[in-house]
Amino acid sequence: MAEYNKPIPVPQPESDRYWEGARREELWLRKCLDCDQAYFYPRDICPNCHSRNTDWIRSSGKGTIYTFSIPQRAPHPGFAGDVPYIAAIVELEDGPRIPTNIVGVEPKPENLDIGMAVDVVFEKITDEITLPKFKLA
Amino acid sequence: MPVMSKLKGISGTAEIVGVAESDQIGKLPNKSALQLHAEAASNALDDAGIPMSDVDGFLTAGYSTYDVAEYLGIEPRFTDSTIVGGSSFVIHIAHAMAAIQAGYCEVALITHGQAGRSDRARAAMNRGLPGAQYEAPYGILGPPISYSMAARRYMHMYGEDRTRQALAEIAVSTRKWANMNEMAYMKDETMSFDDYHDSRWISWPFHLLDCCLVTDAGAAIVVTTPERAKNARKGGVKVIGVGEGHDHSLISQMDDLTMPFGRNTGPQALEMAGVTHKDLDLTMIYDSFTYTVLVTLESLGFCGPGEGPDFVADQRTAPGGDFALNTNGGGLSYTHPGMYGIFTVIEAIRQLRGETGERQIANRNLAMAHGTGGNLSSTGTVILQRD
Repeated sequence: MAEYNKPIPVPQPESDRYWEGARREELWLRKCLDCDQAYFYPRDICPNCHSRNTDWIRSSGKGTIYTFSIPQRAPHPGFAGDVPYIAAIVELEDGPRIPTNIVGVEPKPENLDIGMAVDVVFEKITDEITLPKFKLA
Repeated sequence: MPVMSKLKGISGTAEIVGVAESDQIGKLPNKSALQLHAEAASNALDDAGIPMSDVDGFLTAGYSTYDVAEYLGIEPRFTDSTIVGGSSFVIHIAHAMAAIQAGYCEVALITHGQAGRSDRARAAMNRGLPGAQYEAPYGILGPPISYSMAARRYMHMYGEDRTRQALAEIAVSTRKWANMNEMAYMKDETMSFDDYHDSRWISWPFHLLDCCLVTDAGAAIVVTTPERAKNARKGGVKVIGVGEGHDHSLISQMDDLTMPFGRNTGPQALEMAGVTHKDLDLTMIYDSFTYTVLVTLESLGFCGPGEGPDFVADQRTAPGGDFALNTNGGGLSYTHPGMYGIFTVIEAIRQLRGETGERQIANRNLAMAHGTGGNLSSTGTVILQRD
């Protein structure tokens, strides 16, 4: 694999399952068994009702663009070859919002809009880490 | 929840007696961040007429209080390194007041110093934290990108063209104030609406001229008891209302990208002070970006959600307009070393004292200073009244 010099996530004990899922090209979320809401990012305690009675669910990987921006100046040397790219927050149909990139579309404002339907895709960056990203549905 | 009856009981029990920047601000490759802390501390204590040896409370952010206190050679009996980004130093004023009221100390020094432009040793990110796991790998990294995502959401809700016009109004009006401030980085550079619209994209929908400067600067504030304020060189300005808090850290975790935490801290500070928006002579709002000002005006209740573009229309916030806002030229055009909040207070004090020359506002009794930190994450509000 060509040298990858963007920031690489370091999985933590509470997120190992998330990153293992991504490696299998599956998007996993936490869900509270008391208030019945799925949430992101993964942690044992529900941020909505603070219950510790929580579990994992597999996301459908479908959602809509909640917001986005198009960086033209690289915020880190690793992105110098990527600008402009699409930084986005996607609202999953499972409920939570997830920060991501929209890929597979030329990064121009007129090509994107809030509310557009998107589907998860997976980009392997190292043997350990695969990043969930999204493409227009 | 904050107990308003108790807050009202401490309203006005601390006063700001000294404010200063470092000897110079701007582009200072020959100064370390700690040097900037020290220069500002020394200058602010001179402004107050209080010797460094009298300082018994110390507050700073970004650096630990023990590192900066050691550098200054002081031994504080009240210490507070609360760090919530650019709002920290505004919040420190409330903490200093609480500490003074409780008897922890009598002379609290708050310092800031950041070589935002010239630092030789930048800190690395902790790669296990949520931001490093879930946002940084996607290049969602740094305020221009997170705030521009919030601004795009605002445009979607309230109209792209009128939002764009509002951002331009704020950029241009703020520059006009900077053109009247000798200390401002952009003192000699004027800005037209065309300059704004023609400036390059940093992170669409943000132009370069939507974004704050990147400078080096130090700043400091001295807070003390009303008794000691009587003998201060320039007297004191009372702290009569405060509010602080935060509701998220990462931009992707912000519930409503158009309604920051000032929705709580603004009303709290005003109620504690027993004043209303209309009573204020000056409003200083942390302008990390033009958009920060727009949503902060709404969150603080100066106007309703989505009404900000009408509120700032027709250069209402420029010199000569009827709403005095960010009269130092702001983070957009005066200085922005990284955590600008302290400078909102410094300008408010100088305006209330009548020290601001060409840009001096006519009525000078009451001011609000408001800081924002992180990714629209935290806010601190203070209401200041001339003694």
